[in-house]
Amino acid sequence: MAIVPVEHGLLLAGVLFTLGLVGVLVRRDIIFILLSIEIMLNAAGLAFIVAGSARGQADGQVMFIFILAVTAAEVSVGLAMVLRLHHLLKTLDVDAADSLRD
Amino acid sequence: MDIVFYISAAVALLATILVITRAQAVHALLYLIVSLLAVAVIFYVLGAALVAALEVIIYAGAIMVLFVFVIMMLNLGPPAADRERAWQRPGMWVGPSILAAILLGELIYIIASAPGSRTGLAAVGPQEVGASLFGPYMIGVELSSMLLLAGLVGAYHLGRRDRPRRASPRRSGASPWRSRDTGGTR
Repeated sequence: MAIVPVEHGLLLAGVLFTLGLVGVLVRRDIIFILLSIEIMLNAAGLAFIVAGSARGQADGQVMFIFILAVTAAEVSVGLAMVLRLHHLLKTLDVDAADSLRD
Repeated sequence: MDIVFYISAAVALLATILVITRAQAVHALLYLIVSLLAVAVIFYVLGAALVAALEVIIYAGAIMVLFVFVIMMLNLGPPAADRERAWQRPGMWVGPSILAAILLGELIYIIASAPGSRTGLAAVGPQEVGASLFGPYMIGVELSSMLLLAGLVGAYHLGRRDRPRRASPRRSGASPWRSRDTGGTR
C-alpha cells in the first residue's frame, strides 16, 4: 500500500486528462482522436479510484466499473464508425467528413 | 511502496505523451497499452486490486485488441504515417496546448488549495465492491447493461456492409403495408 497525498493522485489524473484533451484537439486522424478519448476516460477513472482510496470506500471502484462499461460501448460504436468512414471516404481525416455541410 | 506510485506515474505520463505524438497508429497503441498497465499498477498500490485486474483485462486487453483489429482491417502503411506527419504541422500544436495548459493550471490551483488527506490507508477488496455494486448501485448495473446492448446493436448496424443497391429496392406491390391495406379494403 502506497500512502501518498491525495493531491498527487488527482494531479496525475488531471495531467493525463489534459494530455488526452490536447490529443483530441490537435490530431486529425480519427483513430488518434479515439485513443485520446480513451486516455481522458481512463484519467477520470483514476480520479475516482484515488478519491475512493482516500475515503476507504468502494464507491470509487464501482464508478470505475461503470466508466469501463461506457468506454466499451463508446469504443465499439466509434470503431464501427471508423470502418464506415474509411469505407465511404477512403481516408481517416475527420475534416474530410463534412459532406453534411454541402 | 510510495516510490512505486511515483515511478508508475512517471511511466504513465511519458507513455501518454508518446501516444499523442506518434505518427504510426500501431506505435501509439503500444504506448497506450504501456500507459494503461502503469495506471493498473497505480490502482494496485492504492489498494484497488479488483480494478487493477479489470484495467489489465478489459482496457489493455479487450479494448486495445479492438483497436488492433481495426488498424489491421484498414491496412494502413508507411504512406499513412507520412500523411499523418504532413497533417501535423508544429504550428497546430501551439493554440490547443496553451488553452489546455491554462485549464490544467486552474485544476492544479484548485487541487492544491483544497485541504488534503492521504490515500491508500485501507485496501478495498472485491467483496465490498461487489456488495456495493449489486446493492445501492443496482440500477446503474441495469442501465449499463442497456447501454452495452445499445452499443452492440449500433456497432452491428454501422459495421454492416452495404448490399449492392437494386434499381427498385421494394416493389410497391410487394410492400407489406400495401398488401395489408388491400386486404383490409377487400
